[in-house]
Amino acid sequence: MSESVEDVEFRLLLEAVFRKYHYDFRGYSRASLKRRLRQARERMGCATFSQVQDRVLHDATAFPELLTFLTVQVSELFRDPDYFRAVREKVVPYLRTYPSLKVWVAGCGAGEEVYSLAVLFREEGLEERTMIYGTDISSQALRRAEAGVYGLDRLALFTENHRRSGGKSSLSDYYTAAYGGAVFDKDLRRRVVFSDHSLATDQVFAEVQFVSCRNVLIYFDRPLQDRALGLFGDSLSRQGFLGLGAKESLRFSSRADAFETFDREARIYRKRGEA
Amino acid sequence: MTAARTEAVAVGASAGALEALSVVLPRLPAGYPLPVLVVVHLPPDRDSLMVGLLGDSCRLPVREAQDKEPIEPGTIYFAPPDYHLLVEPDRRLSLSGEEPVLFSRPSIDVLFETAAETYGAGLAGVVLTGANGDGARGLRAIRQAGGTALVQRPETAAAAAMPLAALDACPDAVALTLEEIAEYLRGMVPPR
Repeated sequence: MSESVEDVEFRLLLEAVFRKYHYDFRGYSRASLKRRLRQARERMGCATFSQVQDRVLHDATAFPELLTFLTVQVSELFRDPDYFRAVREKVVPYLRTYPSLKVWVAGCGAGEEVYSLAVLFREEGLEERTMIYGTDISSQALRRAEAGVYGLDRLALFTENHRRSGGKSSLSDYYTAAYGGAVFDKDLRRRVVFSDHSLATDQVFAEVQFVSCRNVLIYFDRPLQDRALGLFGDSLSRQGFLGLGAKESLRFSSRADAFETFDREARIYRKRGEA
Repeated sequence: MTAARTEAVAVGASAGALEALSVVLPRLPAGYPLPVLVVVHLPPDRDSLMVGLLGDSCRLPVREAQDKEPIEPGTIYFAPPDYHLLVEPDRRLSLSGEEPVLFSRPSIDVLFETAAETYGAGLAGVVLTGANGDGARGLRAIRQAGGTALVQRPETAAAAAMPLAALDACPDAVALTLEEIAEYLRGMVPPR
């Protein structure tokens, strides 16, 4: 079957975005990316992807708008409480044996997971020896993550998630309600670095003991998933931990051999030691 | 409705889904060659009960869909709770945590629209009972791509709103009872 005109335009738009702005979406899952690009096309008042491409190439203000459609930023504090419970009860005992710890939250979006882990590590008494790196391709998301402000309407959910994750303190100890938002304590960010990083184009930047990358790989096609998993493997110290999203697994990846299953239910894997 | 050979079936159901699916899916015979992709609206924090509840009564394997898995013939896939289920152009399944569509995640429209894009006229879409309007837009996309549109007859549905919305969006869809839908799906493939 020959490629439709829209498919041709779709590929060309991704190519244009990559060449001009160095954001590489060419390895993203097609079905979901196309849906989002169509939403962007409609919002930008364009009839075709070619028109979107023209706008994005010649109007520098159009690209940030497009980027918000291309990056998915929906998360919660302590999303999937069972995951955080497994981190707390099963992974933390191993992490305690390290004198210093680095944690990489890859694709951190607006920082929900970073703050969750910062709270968890403080509750477990590991905060002082831990650095948490939160990385994302979206500078807009990183600014939101730096600000650490979430809608008050979401706090009930966050609080319930935290409780179900085995939280040892009250989540309200970590934020102040102001101007319709919950502002998370800047003190939680003392051991956190937010930084721009692309799993599609950048390299490893640190040796870490724990990578948490949840609901990111589902937006990648298999070659890009393999690239990201390769980065995680290279970044993790021997027997380091990799946490994935509730519906993500290494099952269809060519990198599966580099890891062993640590907690199947929680989707936590462990880098294999050298033979 | 169409001369194209049907290659896949996509089903959407909401309120009353379990009872409706319990009539349709077990009537598909062992060896039925088409993959069946199902979206059911469920509370987000629940595990997919459908697989357990329907697995025993179906003659086809029933599984929760996994990200990037190749779509196998003769297999019933359920969208996991709280994720959209999509069909990729290379005929793999993918999951997404994007915003709910019409307050629903998984969304029937998202499955139907992406499946229509991949299978074109080779897709049959089925809208069953439900109390909202999800699936209507997706069913129209299936018809526009030349596929087959089936809708549970509203007066036989536990909740009529979803079938009514689907028929409204897609007036030439075939309205059938649950038993007739099962029979129609069986008839879409050559007898073995």
